[in-house]
Amino acid sequence: MRDLPDQIDSWFSSQGWQIHPHQREMLARAADPATLLIAPTGGGKTMAGFLPTLAELSDRAHQGLHTIYVSPLKALAADIKRNLTRPITDMNLPIRVEDRTGDTSYTRKRRQRANPPHILLTTPESLALLISYEDAPRIFAGVQRIVVDEIHALADSKRGDQLMLALARVQALAPGLRRVGLSATVDEPAAIAHLLARHPDPCQIVQADPGPDPDIAMLETRQAPPWAGGGAAHAIPAILEQVKRHKTTLIFHNTRAQAEIFFHKLWMANDEGLPIGIHHGSLARAQREKVEAAMVAGQLRAIVCTGSLDLGIDWGDVDLVIQVGAPKNVKRLVQRIGRANHRYNAPSKALLVPANRFEVVECIAALEAAKAHDLDGEARGPGPLDVLCQHILLCACAGPFDADALYNETRQAGAYAALPRADFDACLDFCATGGYALRAYDRWQRLQRRADGQWHLRDPRAAALIRQNIGTIQDIDTLKVRLKGRGGTPLGEVEEGFAASLTPGDTFLIGGRVVRYESLREMTVEVSRNAGREPKIAVFNGTKFATSTQLAQRILAMFAQPGWPQLPENTAQWLGLQRSISRLPQAGRLLIETFPHEGREHLVAYGFAGRNAQQTLGLILTKRMEEMGLAPLGFVATDYAVLIWGLDRVTDPAPLFDRAALRDGLEGWLAGNAVMKRTFRASATIAGLIQRSHQGQRKSGRQATFSSDILYDTLVKYDPDHLMLRITRDEAMRGLVDFARIEDMLDRVQGRIDHVRLDRLSPLSAPLFLEPGRVPVQGAGQERLVEEETTRLLAEAGLGELG
Amino acid sequence: MNDGYPFTLAGQSLVALGSGALWWPEQRLLCVSDLHLGKSERLARRGGAHLPPYETRDTLLRLQAEIDAFQPKSVICLGDSFDDTTAAQSLPERERIWIARLQAGRQWIWIEGNHDPGPVSLGGSHMVELPLPPLTFRHIADPAQSGEISGHYHPKASIRTRLRTVTRPCFLVDGDRVILPAFGTYTGGLQSADNALRELMREEALAVLTGKTARPMPMPR
Repeated sequence: MRDLPDQIDSWFSSQGWQIHPHQREMLARAADPATLLIAPTGGGKTMAGFLPTLAELSDRAHQGLHTIYVSPLKALAADIKRNLTRPITDMNLPIRVEDRTGDTSYTRKRRQRANPPHILLTTPESLALLISYEDAPRIFAGVQRIVVDEIHALADSKRGDQLMLALARVQALAPGLRRVGLSATVDEPAAIAHLLARHPDPCQIVQADPGPDPDIAMLETRQAPPWAGGGAAHAIPAILEQVKRHKTTLIFHNTRAQAEIFFHKLWMANDEGLPIGIHHGSLARAQREKVEAAMVAGQLRAIVCTGSLDLGIDWGDVDLVIQVGAPKNVKRLVQRIGRANHRYNAPSKALLVPANRFEVVECIAALEAAKAHDLDGEARGPGPLDVLCQHILLCACAGPFDADALYNETRQAGAYAALPRADFDACLDFCATGGYALRAYDRWQRLQRRADGQWHLRDPRAAALIRQNIGTIQDIDTLKVRLKGRGGTPLGEVEEGFAASLTPGDTFLIGGRVVRYESLREMTVEVSRNAGREPKIAVFNGTKFATSTQLAQRILAMFAQPGWPQLPENTAQWLGLQRSISRLPQAGRLLIETFPHEGREHLVAYGFAGRNAQQTLGLILTKRMEEMGLAPLGFVATDYAVLIWGLDRVTDPAPLFDRAALRDGLEGWLAGNAVMKRTFRASATIAGLIQRSHQGQRKSGRQATFSSDILYDTLVKYDPDHLMLRITRDEAMRGLVDFARIEDMLDRVQGRIDHVRLDRLSPLSAPLFLEPGRVPVQGAGQERLVEEETTRLLAEAGLGELG
Repeated sequence: MNDGYPFTLAGQSLVALGSGALWWPEQRLLCVSDLHLGKSERLARRGGAHLPPYETRDTLLRLQAEIDAFQPKSVICLGDSFDDTTAAQSLPERERIWIARLQAGRQWIWIEGNHDPGPVSLGGSHMVELPLPPLTFRHIADPAQSGEISGHYHPKASIRTRLRTVTRPCFLVDGDRVILPAFGTYTGGLQSADNALRELMREEALAVLTGKTARPMPMPR
């Protein structure tokens, strides 16, 4: 085993710290090409990642960049900088540490390029930007180590794919690069190791002691949870009681809108005036930083939050985690809970608060799964091509490249190890010419092949545009919200679509307060304070989690029981009521309910096929209903069911589920629907076909820009085999379509369809009405609505005879 | 013609068609605005993204459908017919021939727009504006004038139905003028509630939504 330099060893002793066994093992493996460390929070994970760097740099011999640290969050980079600076100063080590993120100033970034620090703390996007500069070879020449923190969070996303492609580039510039990944507990460490290592290098997995099992329970409330609703208002007294009993409590919600509503209600009930804050991704940065600082200083007793607090911020003295709403994924729940009680070897404590009775069932199923260490995980497919297109463009920004060399380099990233040459060439052609069947851009190629065979940017000015478009995070167009008046305080952001639906006088919640919409000025929503009225709710772009298959199966098994002694009385009664009014879904049968509600006809299909497959089912069913003249208006899918609403009643649903017809429907449907358009928009933005909109540019008048839906429709019509459509289809099939599971379901059902007609909604269907993510259907039903409303408006204006 | 919305301007009977074109039956005159042909070529030329290069084809297909249906004596393209004058010169041969075929046997007028201020090397007459008393055709509305037909703004309007909000390109119509929606495939829109449009249109103006059927409603402000 490698020994620590004396100054580091004695510093550890002076702190009264013992080096953990896994930290020693990381030191011993410092020369390995790749190592993945799995350790719980509080286990000195980050120190384990940096110890070899500190040891190697302590001899003052290394010049230039030595270690790159990448984390998914900017805040984490800043945190780590603080945590590293102290030991480095204490030990008087000659090490310069700097962070580089979207928040770093332009001059500082320039200086970093000219004179890189020993340790650079950054994000995947900032690293991708760095490799796009002409001086990348000089910057990265001597890099020895890269540490990827929270790699489990990156592994599930395109940000991870982009990072691994960037690493392949860095490795080509610095062949001696060694890779370290730091991860929370995951179900399949080998899959993450495969992503981390340069293919086909081996990657050793080091497991730290996972510590004791967390202490998780469901919160007992005096009042029963409602049948439907996501607010958990019934639990507020019990939650306040828990907050009083603990030092600091984090109260997690699944969406930003739910967090806002809950915080509002909690505040109204907070008679003792306990200091409680709110934190989520739609709040202005200054607001968030204030809450974070107060939390670190121990000034807050509770924080109402969403996943934005999951990573990165030092959780300090949090001794209780409360999860409001069903945890949609057991793995995420266990990771989140693991962060409470920041001491190694002490169990972390968590309470689940189901918001409605369906969620009670989900919570019990999740608790059973967590106790059984049954972590869920879904395998990811091969590396996405839209990310590769962006990577090719970024490489071109740095300088001319050889296609063969770049192809070989790409296959060193685990996710792209099996990339066919034809796919790489299609991506290169897309970047160079657009890749259209109609060769329109031969004069205006973005990338051109020189006489020596190297590819380069035709117009060097294009590099600026390409760099502006960097990244794989899909940002929905949002508008800033601020208080009206000169220098009004910024409050946060709302989606543009939501802002468009507001008329002056409407009220909504943001940052825990009710505000009144006044006007829209220069792409900013101006509001005034108005606490007195019931708010309309802001529709934030909250992250939606999909409940895992394992959980869905556990729930279906629970439904089959004759009674439910493990459930609270009220929930057991609710299921009993469903059983007597309608039926409970059964494995091997398909339950369909139809009923009128609020002036519309509804159909619910309880397929239990997982959110994506249920979503596809919704799309195909509504398309068939449209063809049959049933005027569907939209649908919403959950992991268990799809709810469809429309103008006309479905009397015989069985023919809708004919397998051959569904498959035909899939083919026709793939061409023109909202989910495909949404997928297309995301992929086309990543691949550089659509420029991200920037607040500044958007001021200049909207008639200049047009919807990406038009591009999608045009491609479907004139160039159906184009690469972007192939990417969209693959993406949707893999993620959003999941047609195989519909076929599985039909196999299990074998035509055993139970149609129940009701005169109003059923107990089990009620929660579906509050699901976010409704998909509109733009067909005959919409035409009828437009006709109805234009006629009414004209009549109201006294212009009826004109229409 | 049953999908159109008939109205009168300066005593003349006009029809706002669901396609976004304007039909003047008495003159057998068809008017379209803001075709923005060659937009994808212009973006690529300037180092931008390579958009699917099919918008000229799609726009001409839709224009041809209107011409086939109405057999107009005259066609007026109300400005910004090309994304810029170079885009007009760079149209592929196939599309130049297509335009010539559409022009055969009828009068064709290109009104100049801010995107295409100069003449282009295609058949038809080029004019800054065209007075056909009592009406005048020009690209950008002149607030001082009446009996005017213009384009430029790409107006669109949103309607809140009882279940959802629907946004579509629209005509804006009042006693002084009509502003046409953009006919080109790669065009966005400006909300009728925008100040520029509110100041131009009278209080009682109508927005005529395009779509399968043209539908009039009070102009959202």
